[in-house]
Order: sequence, then C-alpha cells, then structure tokens
Amino acid sequence: MSSRNLDLAVQVRQKAPFALDAELKCRAGELTALVGPSGSGKSTLLRMIAGLVRVQQGHIRSGDLLWADGQRHVTAQQRRVGYVPQHYGLFPHMHALGNVETALHHLPASERSRIAHEWLERVHLGGLAKRRPAELSGGQQQRVALARALAASPRVLLLDEPFSAVDAATREKLYTEIVELRSELAMPVVLVTHDLQEALMLADRITLQSQGRTLQSGEPKQVMAHPVSEDAAMLLGLRNIFESVVVEQDGANAITALDLTGHRIEIPRQPHLRQGERVSWVIADAGIRFRAISRKEIAPQKNRLPVTVVKMLTLGDQVRLFLQLADTGAIFRIDVTARLAEELALATGIRTEVVLRAEDIHVFEQQMTEKPG
Amino acid sequence: MDWVAFWLSVKLGIFTVLLLLPLAMFTARWLSTAQFPGKSLLEASLAVPLVLPPTVVGYYLLVGLSNDSFIGRWLVDLTGHGVVFHFSGLLIASMIVNIPFAVQPMQRAFEAIPQEIRDAAACCGMSRWRQLLTVEIPLAWPGMLTALVLTFAHTLGEFGVVLMVGGNLPGETRTIAISIYDRVQAFDLEAAGQMSLILLIFSVVVLAIANSLSRRLLKPGMRKAGRSHV
Repeated sequence: MSSRNLDLAVQVRQKAPFALDAELKCRAGELTALVGPSGSGKSTLLRMIAGLVRVQQGHIRSGDLLWADGQRHVTAQQRRVGYVPQHYGLFPHMHALGNVETALHHLPASERSRIAHEWLERVHLGGLAKRRPAELSGGQQQRVALARALAASPRVLLLDEPFSAVDAATREKLYTEIVELRSELAMPVVLVTHDLQEALMLADRITLQSQGRTLQSGEPKQVMAHPVSEDAAMLLGLRNIFESVVVEQDGANAITALDLTGHRIEIPRQPHLRQGERVSWVIADAGIRFRAISRKEIAPQKNRLPVTVVKMLTLGDQVRLFLQLADTGAIFRIDVTARLAEELALATGIRTEVVLRAEDIHVFEQQMTEKPG
Repeated sequence: MDWVAFWLSVKLGIFTVLLLLPLAMFTARWLSTAQFPGKSLLEASLAVPLVLPPTVVGYYLLVGLSNDSFIGRWLVDLTGHGVVFHFSGLLIASMIVNIPFAVQPMQRAFEAIPQEIRDAAACCGMSRWRQLLTVEIPLAWPGMLTALVLTFAHTLGEFGVVLMVGGNLPGETRTIAISIYDRVQAFDLEAAGQMSLILLIFSVVVLAIANSLSRRLLKPGMRKAGRSHV
C-alpha cells in the first residue's frame, strides 16, 4: 500500500464554461497550498480534482490513473477522494460516528463502526461519537469532517479553506493537529487558502492562483524570495515594487546597475538583462535597512538612498512607515517595531537614509509588456 | 350527513397523495439542482393551477379527457370506460390540480440542502440513489410532509375542478365539497352545516398533526438543512 503511486498532477487550460489556466502538482505525502484571493478559481480547481466539476480541456492524474481529460470523467464516487468543504458538509441528521461511517458504506457494519470509532479517536473525538454536528463546536465539526475524509484511505486529501470558519485559538490548535496528522498520511494533500501565512506555515509547496490563472509554483521559501511577476509579488504581500532601467552590466565586478529615478542601485549581476532595458523589481521588507543600523555592519555599503518619512501609521506594536525617495515620487513601505521607530527617533517629515540589501532585490522574470501611464 | 361523500373525498385524497407524491418528489429533486433553458417556463406551467380559476382548469380537463379527445380515447382503450364523470377522471384531475402543492414545498426543501452536503456525499462514494435515500430525503422530509398535507387537504376541499370533470354522481364522483353545495341548493342547511363542521374539524386536526410532526422532525441541527414546515 505504501508503494502506491499517488502523486497528483493537474493541468487545466479551458476558456469555457469558465476560464481556467491552472497547473498543480502534489507528491504523495506532501502538502500543496493553493493560494489566491476569492474568485481566483482555486475552489473550482479543487472541485475539479474531486470530480465534482467536469474538466473541459486539460487532465487530472492520480498516480497512473487518468481521472479526467476532455473526454474522460471519472466520477467523484469512483475517485476515492477525501474532501473537506469550507463549511465541512457534515450530514446534520447523523451523529459524528454516522458521518464517518458513510465514507465506509462498502464495508460490513461491524467493521464500519470499528474503523469510524478509530478515526474519531485519532482526531480526539472518541467521547463525542453520538453527538450531532449542531452539538459540536466549529473545531470539532472540522475534525469529524477530516475523519470522514480520511476514513476510506483516499488517494488524495482536499481541504477547502478548512480554517476559515473557526476562531483564532481553535485555528492554532488545528494547525498543530494537521501538521501532526499529515506526517502520517501517505497521500497528497491539497489545501486551498487565501491566507498566505497559513500556506507558508503548513505547505511543502505553494501554488499561487489569481483570476483563474496559476502564477507560480514552488517551495514556499523559493516562491517568497523569487516571485516571477508583479502579480505574484503582490499576492505574496510584497509592497515595494519598482520600475528601473538597466544602466550598466559590469562583468568584472559581477554587478548589474539599475537606475531608480536618478539613484543608482547595484545588484548581483543578471547576465540576461540588456543595457537600457526597463525592468520591474521587488525588495522584501527585510532587505530595507535604516543606515543608522546598517552602519554597525562591517560590509561595505552600497545602495544608500536618502529618504523622507512622509507618513507613519501605528498598528499595534508595529509602525508602518512610508518613506519617500529624495527628489522622486517613489515610496518605500515597511513595517518596523514601535521600539525601533522610537530608538531611531523616527517622525513624519524627518530625513534619513536607508540601505537596500542587494541580495534581497529580485528582478522579475516575467516583465510587464506596457504599462498605462 | 353524507358519509359516502366524505369517504369518497378521503379515498380521493389518499389516492392522489400516493400517486402524485413520488412523481412530484423526483420532479422537485430534479428542478432543485438542474439548470436548463426554459426552466422558468416549466416551473410557471407547473404552478398554473395555483392562479387559474378552478373552472378553467376543469374545463380544459373536461375537454382534454372527454371520449372524443385523443387522450380520452386512449384512456377508454386502456380502462374500458371513459374517465370523465368517473372516479378515475376525478383522480387525474385532482393530481393535475395538486401539482404545485406537491412540487413546490419539496423543491424548496431540496434547494435548502447546501451544495457542500451533496459534494461531501458524492466524495464519500455514495451513489445517487444512496445519496437520495440516506441524505437528501431525511433532510427534505419536513418539506415532503408539507407537500403531503397540502395535497391531501386541498383535495378534500376541491370543488370547481371536481364538479366540471366528475359532475355529481353519488358514490362515484360526489365528494363532500359537492355534497355540501348540493345540500345548500336543496335548502337542507342542517346537513350542509354538519358536513362543513366535520370538514373543518378534520382539516384542523390534520394540519395540527402535521405541524407537530414537522416540529418533531426538525430536531436541533436539522433546521439549517430543512427549514420548510407546515
């Protein structure tokens, strides 16, 4: 059983009845998070994997089995998928045990009951087997749904925003349980979420989805550090995205220089860029340092930029700073701790210097063609 | 008191419920999820008996089922007798007039079942039949009970259509509603009053039982999925 090939491979490219251009891979034992805002088609893609929505063009494979392509459609009943919908989809007229048993209806009654009990124990609900869904809390309902989804040893586990309907404390507990549980699971797990932090915390791979299109897939760290496009960067919550012209390719010093409205920015050499080319790039918050702090570091400083604090917003123990680059309209937005803001005596109107760490500057692979304005 | 008419009405009600409800359930289930061009037109056609005067419905049924009509001739071949002015004609008329009372509450009840529950059932490997029997019917049950009571009660009280299609033949087509009318025409107000009172008490009792059953069926936790009740 452990040698079963359960790797999931999905590729859907269709224009009708709704446009979807999506690709997703998930190896057995891995968790792939499908991340995107609402309306990005991620739940539809999940329902396609489950067999609840037909694929018009493309294919879905589970190991060696072809589940769907333009002609073939294996029904949800035949696929053996474990599916936890957003609001769990529990059968309200059955108690917890009955809900789990429905996934095992192909087995004799005694075995059905034994396995269902085992699964309820495994999700820490052994004592609540005879309760109906309405008599359980949100977190408990979610666990019943999870037990039901896993009871019949599915070929894939699909979780649609499973943490969105519970309170923060329950969510934290469920995260831990999911992490513990998934180390024991042999099948691929696909998690749909709009919460990037959740995806980064739980997933082995993330796939970014926006407006029906897959933007990027990869390991969370890799995707965070190297978003392929502006859209992907924005989806990742990166706010410091700028346009520049490539002004120099210095092979000797392994440097590529960009011009940001009159300020020279040096980054590790990017041989594929042409001199004079317009490029978009992004820098993570962590790559923007105040010179007052950076001064203490031994490394030689380049990319020093004079800025003015134009706005400060206090958000709990964080301060969001809007720093305008001198003589330009370019604005850096970074969050710092309130303590640091106090230490540096930051206030609206103050002039200071920031240093952009060259290694944290990432030029997008996919450049926008033409930008209006 | 015309007990023959009373029991004829009850018999008509029971037969109408037994024959109409299963057909209406499948129609309601289908309409609750199907999307197709002309769905609104079909739903409107099924609801027509609600708004059309009973005499108009009765007129079309009389003409449509008469021995001269195509359907009427076919029914004569099938049953060996004409259906107008016969109990079988009354039953056909009663079923047609009651379509909206049977279909609509059940359709609303099936529509109230969240898609997620159907999705979860499919992913549990349940066949459509199993899904219908073990998940959807238990959840739509209050709506089905409403349909049953409305159809039965409406059949007992139906007058215009019954008179047009069945006439007033004692023991064959004279239902209690027609018998009351008949007694009033003959100035026998005492008999008319008795029968009216019995019909009134009977209707109240049936509705009360249905309401109580419906409430008992709607145990905590089932309310969300099956809100409809009498």
